This record gives sequence, structure tokens and C-alpha cells, in this order.
Amino acid sequence: MTSLVELLTYLSVSLSSLSMAELKLLGSWPSPFSYRVIWALKLKGIPYEYIEEDLSNKSPLLLQHSPVYKKIPVLLHAGKPICESMIILEYIEEFWPQIPLLPFDPFQRAIARFWVKFADDKIPAMWIVYRSSGKEQEKAMKDTVEMLRVIEEHALGSKKFFGGEEIGMVDIAFGQIAEWLGVIEEIVGVKLLEDHTFPRLHAWILNFKEVPVIRDNLPDHHEMFVFFKRRRELLLSSSQDQ
Amino acid sequence: MANSSSTDVKVLGAWPSPFVIRVRIALNIKSVKYEFLEETLGSKSQLLLQSNPVYKKIPVLIHGGKPISESLIIVQYIDEVWSSGPSFLPSDPYDRAIERFWAAYVDDKIFPSMKLINTAQGEEKAAIVEQVTEGLVLLEEAFQKSSKGKAFFGGDRIGFLDIAFGSMLGWLRAIEKMGGVKLLDEAKTPGLVQWAESFCADGAVKGIIPDTEKLVEFAKILVKMKGAPLGKN
Repeated sequence: MTSLVELLTYLSVSLSSLSMAELKLLGSWPSPFSYRVIWALKLKGIPYEYIEEDLSNKSPLLLQHSPVYKKIPVLLHAGKPICESMIILEYIEEFWPQIPLLPFDPFQRAIARFWVKFADDKIPAMWIVYRSSGKEQEKAMKDTVEMLRVIEEHALGSKKFFGGEEIGMVDIAFGQIAEWLGVIEEIVGVKLLEDHTFPRLHAWILNFKEVPVIRDNLPDHHEMFVFFKRRRELLLSSSQDQ
Repeated sequence: MANSSSTDVKVLGAWPSPFVIRVRIALNIKSVKYEFLEETLGSKSQLLLQSNPVYKKIPVLIHGGKPISESLIIVQYIDEVWSSGPSFLPSDPYDRAIERFWAAYVDDKIFPSMKLINTAQGEEKAAIVEQVTEGLVLLEEAFQKSSKGKAFFGGDRIGFLDIAFGSMLGWLRAIEKMGGVKLLDEAKTPGLVQWAESFCADGAVKGIIPDTEKLVEFAKILVKMKGAPLGKN
């Protein structure tokens, strides 16, 4: 008969061997969604293998493990795939609770999840600004500014980060506003996030990018500019050919 | 928590909304008494505007005066707060991720496409029905994997994904009736056909999902008001 001590030892060894098990991230260097997962893993000090996907030529590995959406990021943990960046983050949070990214209190957690959902609902507008023109782009610009206004008024309060004194899941969810929005603004030639109109967001961006894990894990700004500019030209010219 | 008075828990909602239905089923499963505050069609109460200033939408759960919005977030909150009741999400983090994935799929793909069926015609309608059916076949596969031969996605008991998808069944049947289409069928989605019956018969669900006829009538009212049977949720 196994003693309780032996049983507990067995369980803790099994769990730790799973937590040490192979962790792979399928990502794409210009993608902000990739970075959400990278930031979470790095903040928690979890080692992983990064696999760069060529999205113009998707690998069998990606297609096998993300059959529904065929998108990155995909996290593979001991061979099992998890898709959708914020679902991946909830998984990481549950499996590796150290350096928590969500509040402990259920009500505060619900608030955090609310803003994560808001980020995913509204951020697409800035990408529509990027890849469209004319009336469609005008509407997308209005939607983006409205998103920024809501965040400025309702989400940050007087806190340094959405997560409080330290960054958390909401900061990570909004991360693309801190870097990718600027690239889009430069390429399209508009200013949507004016510093004096959005003082809280402006301060948050500066603080966010000073966090070592964030500062050391951002794509090169110039390389991004070149990549996204070229891609935009292709997108706009192909839509005109129709 | 178990001894909270019923005025401690309020739900701002409306009887036809599948998103509101999620919250009511979740509270029923946890045996939580609540006050149901019905919003009037066509107008939004001061309480709603104050409680959900960002989206101004139902459902909103107000617990001890604190508002929580977004149906799936509310369901997770209910699961976490009333933790002595049966839990909705499985204990394994991977299984939780799978349930969250499919719940989001219902919201992002299945329900929005379903809504389009009744305004679409001809080839466009056939294409949308095809899309929804394909999506339901994916859910059938997920059901087979997740239920492991039991009645629900959650196994023996209704879980998070059951609540997320099951709440749509009233409208699914109404849309089938109005559109003269079959979305869940014995041939392509046999597991889900059985699951739908089990779900709707469950004690926590009975009386919460409106009758198909009532929803069809309601859809007609919406068409008159907004020109489309189902406005934004």
C-alpha cells in the first residue's frame, strides 16, 4: 500500500515533469499576437523553443495544430496544441501560477477579463486603418480613436499599469497599442493617439516599454516599418486590381 | 456567500437573449437566488447604462452592488465565487483551454453566421447554411472528444461549453423554423442532437430557454423594429 508521502511525491514529480516538458511556440516575428505569448512566458521565466512560421507558406506543423483558424500563435505543450493568444495566456497563467498576470480576487479578475475581451473586440479597427483606404479607412480611424478614448477614460484610472504596480494580462492584451499602432500611424501618415489627448495612455506606453521583458522583446522598429509598408502596398494594389 | 440574500444578486437582462440565458443557467446550477431585472425592448435603463457604460449591453450581473459584464466572463465569475457548487470548467488546464476555445468559436463564428440565415436568400443563404453546418460538424467532433460517451461536453454534468453553446439552442431552433433549414441533424451531428435534448431537459435549463414559437413571434417584432430578425446582441 502506497503511503501518502509516496503518493504526494509521485504527484509532484509528475506535475513538475509536465511543467518541464517540451514547450514550443509557433509564431511570426512581426505579429503582435506572437509577442503576447512571448511576454507571458518570459515574465514567468518559462523556457520554450520558438519556431518562426512563414505565413505565406504555412508549415504542416501549423496546419496540423491549428486546423480551425490556421493561425499563429500556437503553443505546443508536450505535443498538445493551444490556439488563440488570450486563451494561451489563460493556460499559461493556470499552469504556471508564479508571477501572476491576473488578480486573485474574482471580481478584479472579471474586470481584467473584460478589458482583455475589449482589446480583442476593438483592436482590429487599427489593422483596418492599416489595410484599407477611403470611407472604410475613415470609419476605422474613428473606431480606433473611440477605442483609445474608452481605454483612457475607463480602463487605466490612476494606475501605472492596467495590472496595477506591475504589468498583467490586460497590459499584455493592449501591448500592440504601445508599438504596432505607432508603425501603422507612420505608414498611413496619421496620428490617432495624440499625447495630449490621451495623457494616461501616453504615460502607460512609456512605462510599458521600460519593463525589461517588454523592452528586450519587441521587434525592430525599422524592420517592422519596412515589412508592414511593403505588405500594405501589396494589399492595396491587389484590391484595386479587382 | 451561500447565505447571500436574493437582492445581493441581480441580473439585468431580457428573456430572449441567449447571452442572458447563459447567466441564468449558471446561477441555477449553483442554486443562487437572484432578482431578474428585465430591460424593455428599444430602451436602456439608467441602471444598465451605469453598470455597463462601455458596451451598454445585457447581460450584466450585479453582485453586492458590483457590476460584471460579458456573458462568458460572468459565467466564469459565477464559477469562481460560488465555488462550493458544481464547477463549470474542468480542473485540467488543457481541457479548460479547449472549452474556452470552442465557447469563443460559438460566439465568433457560429452565432453571427446563424443570425444571417434569416435575412439571406438563394445562393447566399445556402452558402451561410453550409458554413454554419460545417461549424457544427467541428463542434460535433469536439463533443465526441470532450464528452467521452457521457451526456454533456462537461461529462456527467453541464459545464462551461454546454452553457455557452446550449444557450443558443432556442434561437437555433427558431432559425431552423423561420428559414426552413436543418442545422443540427441526425446524419451529420448525431451526438449534438442527443446533447441538445439532454441540455434542454436539465433542471437548471428548463423554463429558461424560450419556446421556439415565442422566439419566432419575437423575431417578427424585431424585423418590424429594426428590419432584421436579430439585431446585435
